[in-house]
Amino acid sequence: MSTEATTPKPVELVNVQIDGVWHQFPKGTRVIEACSQAGKFIPRYCYHPKLTSPGNCRMCMVELGMPKMTPDRKPELGPDGKPLHNWIPRPQISCAQDVSEGLGVRTDSSMVQEARKGVLEFLLINHPLDCPICDQAGECRLQEFSYDYGQAKTRFLDEKVKKPKRVEIGPRVTLDDERCILCTRCVRFMREVAKDDVIGIVDRGSYSSISCHPGKTLDSNYSLNTVDICPVGALTSTDFRFKMRVWFLKETKSICTSCATGCNTVISARENIVYRQTPRENNDVNQAWMCDYGRLNFHYLHSPERLLSPVVRGHEQPDWKNAIATAAAELKAVAPEQIAVIASGKMTNEELYLTAQLAKALGVKLHDIVPHTDTGDDILLSTDRNPNTAGAKLLGVSASTPGANLSAVVEGIRSGAIKALIVLGEDATLAGLTSADLTKLTVLVTTAILPNATTAAATHLLPSAAFAEKRGSMINKNGRLQRLNRAIQPPGLARDDWEILVGLTEAVTESSLGFNAIEDVVKAMTAATPALAGLSLSKIGDLGVQLPLPANE
Amino acid sequence: MPAPARRIPHPREKRMVFANIDREGYTPDIACYLRNGGYEDLKKAVTMAPADIVNEVKASALRGRGGAGFPCGVKWGFIRPGETKPIYLICNADESEPGTFKDRYIIHQDPHQLIEGMIISAFALNVHLAYLYIRGEFPLGAKILEQAIAEAKANGFLGKNILGTGFDLEIYVHRGAGAYICGEETGLIESLEGKRAYPRIKPPYFPAVLGLYQCPTIVNNVETLCHVKHIVRMGGAEFAKIGTPNNTGTRIVGVSGDVQRPGYFEIEVGSMTLGELLNDLCGGPKPGRKFKAIIPGGSSAKVFRADERFKIKVKGADGAMVEKEIGVMDIPMDFDTMAACGSMAGSGGVIVMDDSRDMVQTLNNLNQFYAHESCGQCTPCREGSLWMRKITDRMLAGGGAESDPATLASVSNNIAGKTICAFGEACSWPTMSFVAKFPEEFAALSKKPVPPPTPPEFISEILTGGQGQ
Repeated sequence: MSTEATTPKPVELVNVQIDGVWHQFPKGTRVIEACSQAGKFIPRYCYHPKLTSPGNCRMCMVELGMPKMTPDRKPELGPDGKPLHNWIPRPQISCAQDVSEGLGVRTDSSMVQEARKGVLEFLLINHPLDCPICDQAGECRLQEFSYDYGQAKTRFLDEKVKKPKRVEIGPRVTLDDERCILCTRCVRFMREVAKDDVIGIVDRGSYSSISCHPGKTLDSNYSLNTVDICPVGALTSTDFRFKMRVWFLKETKSICTSCATGCNTVISARENIVYRQTPRENNDVNQAWMCDYGRLNFHYLHSPERLLSPVVRGHEQPDWKNAIATAAAELKAVAPEQIAVIASGKMTNEELYLTAQLAKALGVKLHDIVPHTDTGDDILLSTDRNPNTAGAKLLGVSASTPGANLSAVVEGIRSGAIKALIVLGEDATLAGLTSADLTKLTVLVTTAILPNATTAAATHLLPSAAFAEKRGSMINKNGRLQRLNRAIQPPGLARDDWEILVGLTEAVTESSLGFNAIEDVVKAMTAATPALAGLSLSKIGDLGVQLPLPANE
Repeated sequence: MPAPARRIPHPREKRMVFANIDREGYTPDIACYLRNGGYEDLKKAVTMAPADIVNEVKASALRGRGGAGFPCGVKWGFIRPGETKPIYLICNADESEPGTFKDRYIIHQDPHQLIEGMIISAFALNVHLAYLYIRGEFPLGAKILEQAIAEAKANGFLGKNILGTGFDLEIYVHRGAGAYICGEETGLIESLEGKRAYPRIKPPYFPAVLGLYQCPTIVNNVETLCHVKHIVRMGGAEFAKIGTPNNTGTRIVGVSGDVQRPGYFEIEVGSMTLGELLNDLCGGPKPGRKFKAIIPGGSSAKVFRADERFKIKVKGADGAMVEKEIGVMDIPMDFDTMAACGSMAGSGGVIVMDDSRDMVQTLNNLNQFYAHESCGQCTPCREGSLWMRKITDRMLAGGGAESDPATLASVSNNIAGKTICAFGEACSWPTMSFVAKFPEEFAALSKKPVPPPTPPEFISEILTGGQGQ
């Protein structure tokens, strides 16, 4: 039971009897949710807490009892002093009804069991039963509930209804209408959340099929959420299907780093390969959704182009210690006012904190991040494509207007006033510099995961880790501090950015920072940053912490 | 279109709503209607307080004539007093229940009676916008109604400031696109809103609370709305004297099938038995034939065997309930006894089958209809209605398996009471009752042993011995 009052307003509670035990729930709680909270899970297909309830699958039927009333309209009480019930003689759906005072619910009576068995039989008679080749196997509600509530044998002797298969309903989603149980979650998601009402049902009765409206395709940037909420194998991700059985996947809770919204995610990987990203529910950030752009923006992790070894002046230098020592020595040889730092809003707070430490150690005053903006929407996607602009500002690496210092860097390099440049997780040619400008530098130290114009010109190239390969924290556009977790290891000799930055700083100062793990960096950062005081990675938790920061957008 | 043959009302009929149907020289135009006392009841109604009209309807104990037999006054009473949202009235002229043919005659021959009933009802319910939802297969009916509405408007019975009372009302005719489910009131509302006619879940979408455009809405059948006019004329108490208590007024029954004189009859509710209706009014079975089965209230009603007997409880002379045994032909044509005998008066469509009929074939015909008309929204009806059809298809093709009658019974049982709307009952009750009441005919076609599990695509061929479907 979760009835703790978290809101300041007192919530009116009602008494509900579930399988003989009395509970209290806030008014407005759905019966299906109340049962779950009471530890009595009700199977469901069409019901989704973030969408409207059409009540069409009939899987969540329970027995409901209304309080028995005496002739003077007072509840008739039993020996326990609690109301007695008039049980409705037919099973009722629990997904569309709110709890009411004195309501009785039976979640597992023989009437309920029979009703569930009947519904499951109906759902399976025209289902292809192709689990061995179905991508949904292992996370299919039809499979799961059939085991839990169904029957082993079929009574169906006739031919199944044939429907369209392998329909490319959109650029990223494949539809198998025979597997569909017509719960309409996808239809409602597109209508109610994605605001792009392109799918519906054609034909009637048992021949009903999900389809796109004529001349339309399911090409919304939110289309893959329909795959997530499809309880069966009808809608599958064209990107993920047939790649990996889901039970082999290791799941890591993390966040999406493709824009400043910071949607909560699950990264699914096996043997150091990421196979998919899916949204993870966080009502303060992304509800239960994420955009297709962010979701699919991970394939570069496994690019054959990934940078695998440090390179110093054109030669691979597999010895990190040596590579860092050379870079530090060459930077120290340049006067502080002749050095600039271009960092990235894609770096974690910890990396940004260490960047500030490195700049301080070198005496560098000129630093900024490169702003990245693009078209956003009013659902989730932010115009700010840097996931941690707020962190870069908070930790003083970014100018107060991100990118404001970049013109000074460009001018400095062109005039020869700046001789050394440190580029962290960015491509300097996106900051107004040309490849030719970069050749003027005596020292160009860069961290990167993939080759770009900057790595091509770098004197010291230090390969680093991508978002799924490291831990750390970021602050989203609304000032929410969230946690990144490591799903896979960086490839080759590529190294976690915080270790590179610590190495450079220590080599410059010729003293130890005493950081042995990222937790040590977090400790130093939170101690030095009032807005983060008292926080740690474990305190951030899976759902993040709201910081008292002004919203960034 | 050739003029249909005029029927002379049977002396045992009591014509009220059908008073002008088939009358020599009666035409559907407003002049004819006015010559025959038309719109006089409206003139009376607008002098009454709306709440008083509602009370008269309540006092009349009028039950809905669409099929469910829900008390009209109770339905009207669901509109909250002091309602601030607009209230809508919808006339359900979808008349789609197989075996039912009554509303179409009102629409075709006496449309102003319906319009007048609607205006009175709208006045009583404070409705300023009413819809007349007519099935797509009635194109002529829709034209006639449009014409009637235009005439009523031209004569000041519709539009702004009706009869100088300050009451405004518009009625729009909306044509369906041809689906049985559009007759279900919430499906009808969805259809009217321009969507697929998927019935809504109740709760929360009770039409009187969250109906058309989420506003309070009253949906009444054509015949019901016509009765309102007569209730206003004679008063609720007087109307309630017609028929029997709780089964008041007259109603139109349509008899089709194996009788000598099929047709429509307006009778006093409960005033005659099913046997009198079929034998006296309809001339009995065809020569040399015997009645075998009767579906008493539209195709969804459970079938009666002609030789079936029932034990029912009736009020004795001393007021106490006494048990009485009656045969099918003794059932009075009312709502309550029909229900007590396990079926329903429904829409008044009586379908008669004689001993020349094959019950499996008959059921298959109904199953084909319901499998075709299931809207497909909720699981049990969507999958079950086609499954039942496939079983009876296969039985007729010679592939009936021993398990089929039991499967049919169980499937129908798994549909009834578990769906969003009453279509679940509508499609399962025929199967439920046919299999239970004519087991010998179903057993005769279910001889094949149930085969071991085989890929389904091969089964029908094996079972049917290659005769296929």
